[in-house]
Amino acid sequence: MTVFEKPKSLTDAELHYCPGCTHGIIHRLVAEAIDALGIEGRTIGVAPVGCAVMAYNYFACDMVEAAHGRAPAMATGIKRSLPDRIVFTYQGDGDLASIGMAETVHAATRNENITVIFVNNAIYGMTGGQMAPTSLPGQVTQTSPYGRDISTAGYPVKVAELLSGLDGPEFIARVAVNNVKNVNNAKKVIQKAFQNQIDGKGFSLVEVVSACPTNWGMTPQKALDWIDEKMIPYYPLGIYKDRSAAEEAAK
Amino acid sequence: MAKVLMKGNEAIAESAIRAGCRHYFGYPITPQTELAAYMAKRMPKIGGVFLQAESEIAAINMVYGVAATGRRVMTSSSSPGISLKQEGISYIAGSDLPALIVNVQRGGPGLGGIQPSQSDYFQATKGGGHGDYHLIVLAPCSVQEMADMTALAFDLADKYRVPSMLLADGTIGQMMEPVELPEPQEPVFEEKDWAVTGTKCQRPHHIVNSLYLVPEELEKKNFERFETYRRIEENEVRYEAFRMDDAEYCVVAFGIAARVAKNAIVAARNEGIKVGLIRPITLWPFPKKALADAARQCKAFLSVELSMGQMIEDVKLAIDCKRPVALCNRAGGMIPSPDEVLAGIRALREV
Amino acid sequence: MTTQILIAGFGGQGILFAGKFLANKGLLEGRQLSWLPSYGPEMRGGTANCSVVLSDEPVGSPIVNKPDVLIVMNLPSLDKYEDAVVPGGAIFVDSTLIGRKVNRTDVRAFYLPATQLAQQNGIPTLANMIMLGKVLKECDFTGFDNIEDAVRTVVSAKHADLFEVNLKALKLGYER
Repeated sequence: MTVFEKPKSLTDAELHYCPGCTHGIIHRLVAEAIDALGIEGRTIGVAPVGCAVMAYNYFACDMVEAAHGRAPAMATGIKRSLPDRIVFTYQGDGDLASIGMAETVHAATRNENITVIFVNNAIYGMTGGQMAPTSLPGQVTQTSPYGRDISTAGYPVKVAELLSGLDGPEFIARVAVNNVKNVNNAKKVIQKAFQNQIDGKGFSLVEVVSACPTNWGMTPQKALDWIDEKMIPYYPLGIYKDRSAAEEAAK
Repeated sequence: MAKVLMKGNEAIAESAIRAGCRHYFGYPITPQTELAAYMAKRMPKIGGVFLQAESEIAAINMVYGVAATGRRVMTSSSSPGISLKQEGISYIAGSDLPALIVNVQRGGPGLGGIQPSQSDYFQATKGGGHGDYHLIVLAPCSVQEMADMTALAFDLADKYRVPSMLLADGTIGQMMEPVELPEPQEPVFEEKDWAVTGTKCQRPHHIVNSLYLVPEELEKKNFERFETYRRIEENEVRYEAFRMDDAEYCVVAFGIAARVAKNAIVAARNEGIKVGLIRPITLWPFPKKALADAARQCKAFLSVELSMGQMIEDVKLAIDCKRPVALCNRAGGMIPSPDEVLAGIRALREV
Repeated sequence: MTTQILIAGFGGQGILFAGKFLANKGLLEGRQLSWLPSYGPEMRGGTANCSVVLSDEPVGSPIVNKPDVLIVMNLPSLDKYEDAVVPGGAIFVDSTLIGRKVNRTDVRAFYLPATQLAQQNGIPTLANMIMLGKVLKECDFTGFDNIEDAVRTVVSAKHADLFEVNLKALKLGYER
């Protein structure tokens, strides 16, 4: 008989996330990947500043809390100090694509052998719903009350597309967690991003298109639908870069 | 061991390696770049890590990462770059991690200039970044002290789990003097009971963190940290007293300013003025007691600084304003000449 | 005894290198010393000067404000530092590059067409060392002995081929 259990790599701490928030699903997928690969005892996670700021209480592996946007730099330090450990960052869109863009791009271009889980929910959650670098054109937020005006606020940053244009990184993918099929696929892709690190292949980033019903002002179900209707058309899912697979195919 | 001729910046780098530091992260900036260049050359040959980061901000956060694993790590920069590092330094202090930050100061504010300065005194000794914290701040005044204090700074940082700073300036960084380097130590990678190294699934997870959302908890952390600072103030004050035995006047100066002041003191003594020098070696903790004792013996003080007058405030506090304290200063990359300091000493007789 | 030496000229004339030679010579003689460059954003062509203090006691300030010995290799440096030399001090002038004489009468002045000599002898980059040869002859703060060891230390292993030419330059200056 199969019993549905909590992954070993999650602690018993109760998550603080809002109802309908997809952080819980993504935490679980990361923990399942760590369990499946049997690496919990040698994994070190880096928590961001943002809604997942207290992720260090939820993952059972050793954890550090980085300054806003600096997780890839901190992860670089940890990985360079302990090259045989598995180091991952867990970051939101403001953290990774706004204040931490330099750290993100440079860790990627160095092909730093770390795994980055990038949660894109198109809004700043922890501070109460401000415009994010990934907020969609026209999206209403606290700091874009008339909708994101691309003539003054510019366009959303497409992180997967941007990073896959670099020579450095090993693996760049975008997944979503708004339905069973997408969650199952996200699970596989996240596990691959950790497997790449174990295999010494280098920088692997998974962008996870995610929901924030509270700050989007929607019911949880409506938020999941909105991902299909608005987010995925702007942020298409897929594997954007897989160097090893490309090299394999070229042989 | 035979003495070698070395630049101050290089002496820091070599001494850090000999103190078992195998991780360096930096970003180019004058006048400390020789330090990074030295590390770039040496680290790959001894299995160490040299990484030129994308910014000073990234460099200090890489330092934060290595420090979290419990290993000796350092970064270096000069004034504008140190400003950029302040966020990371605050996090390192708030997470109770040891690390070494070197500031080879240049004139400011803003982009300022590239000539020597001591105008980051407030920033170094009063915290620098946000929040209640201190660094252990050491002020070398020779190439030999650059080497010696690098090793000391690592030891003190490890002992108290407090980040330490070497506060030098462009002169000491760029000059060459004969130096006797410390004996090399192999890096010790002992497991710390707070470091993140992987749980091996055998212990509860370690968390390196500066976030305490419950104010009572954050207050408690701050009080605990200040208890550590109290112990540091009690045990780690270092200073040099030069010709103070019969001194009626007291010059206070650190780093390159103290070197200039010594010339002026010798000249003043030749004129029959009984003057001595207290040179703070630790700028934090500041040698308050030595100065308070000097205030019982001396009629007036002269603070000699390469700034608009920053340390002078600590001198006044240390002696409780019981004696007049004059300022002899140059700023913006200028260094007072021995004659200017001598004039300042002579003028003390009139205050 | 403490000797304060200031060497000044344009970047690229080997000002700092000349200072390093003196510093290394001092080190070989077991003396106390300091060597301090001026550093500018220009790597070549800007002004460069170098303070060297050689002493039998610990060196106080490494900044030479009042040189006992001034070596100048361009006119702006002579204009700037002539008045700073201590009475009874010595000024060494590269007369190929500096047209005027020293105005002071209370110092010893030496003129040497070092840049011209360097060119004539096929060592165009070593006017600095020719100047130093003359300094070693006329001043007694250090001797002409063990110059080989000092040159060997200061020309890095990478440039060992420069050992002979540096010696040649020093001797050229010394014999003038």
